[in-house]
Amino acid sequence: MLHIVNKSATERNSLESALRMATKGSAVLLIEDAVYAATQGSVAAAKIKSAMADVQIYALGPDLDARGMSSRVLDGVKVVDYGGFVDLVTEHNSCQSWL
Amino acid sequence: MSDMMDDMDEGGEGVVKKFMFVNRKAPHGTIYALEGLEVVLISAAFDQDVSMVFVDDGVYELIKGVNTKGIEVKDFSKTYRALEGYDIEKLYVEKASMDARGLTEDDLIVDVTVLDSAEMANLMAEQDVVISY
Repeated sequence: MLHIVNKSATERNSLESALRMATKGSAVLLIEDAVYAATQGSVAAAKIKSAMADVQIYALGPDLDARGMSSRVLDGVKVVDYGGFVDLVTEHNSCQSWL
Repeated sequence: MSDMMDDMDEGGEGVVKKFMFVNRKAPHGTIYALEGLEVVLISAAFDQDVSMVFVDDGVYELIKGVNTKGIEVKDFSKTYRALEGYDIEKLYVEKASMDARGLTEDDLIVDVTVLDSAEMANLMAEQDVVISY
């Protein structure tokens, strides 16, 4: 399962719910305002770090760039472009968008 | 507003009120940040005492090094630098909001006054009008 999160973790609880429901071996893709959670020093970074033991975290590069956050991405988070986004969708049996 | 118009018609200086615009949203995920900024620019035409405040995710609006080419939207972060030209020079950021996001003043595109939460609360309490985005 690919979990897609697009809301800021410091404004909504979508990321928290997604991480709670993400089973071992699944993937979580952060897009739009959700990418802030994958940046150093954010209060949400701790949640991402502890989740990385069981799930692979991805963040969408263009959304990081647009928010001036590209240089602050946490180690272990894989940055993907739009092509990578499509690949993730096709590689997983199902997607869940946490709107 | 009608009072303001009357004062203008009389050719007087008009009533100057303290307006605070509170920005609490990250820049691109929703339209709030951009719309809020546009309203502040419009407010400059009325010669009011305008303060702009950035709290919670609103501090993300002021981050340097933005490149919006990939998501194909307008990069309005540079517009914050133009505020000075509209005599909007009172920009305040809450320290706790920056701390929670691992940010410092050096990460911001404009010069701001950093306030602790109590100072911010006092500033908010002394306004005539508070408009929140």
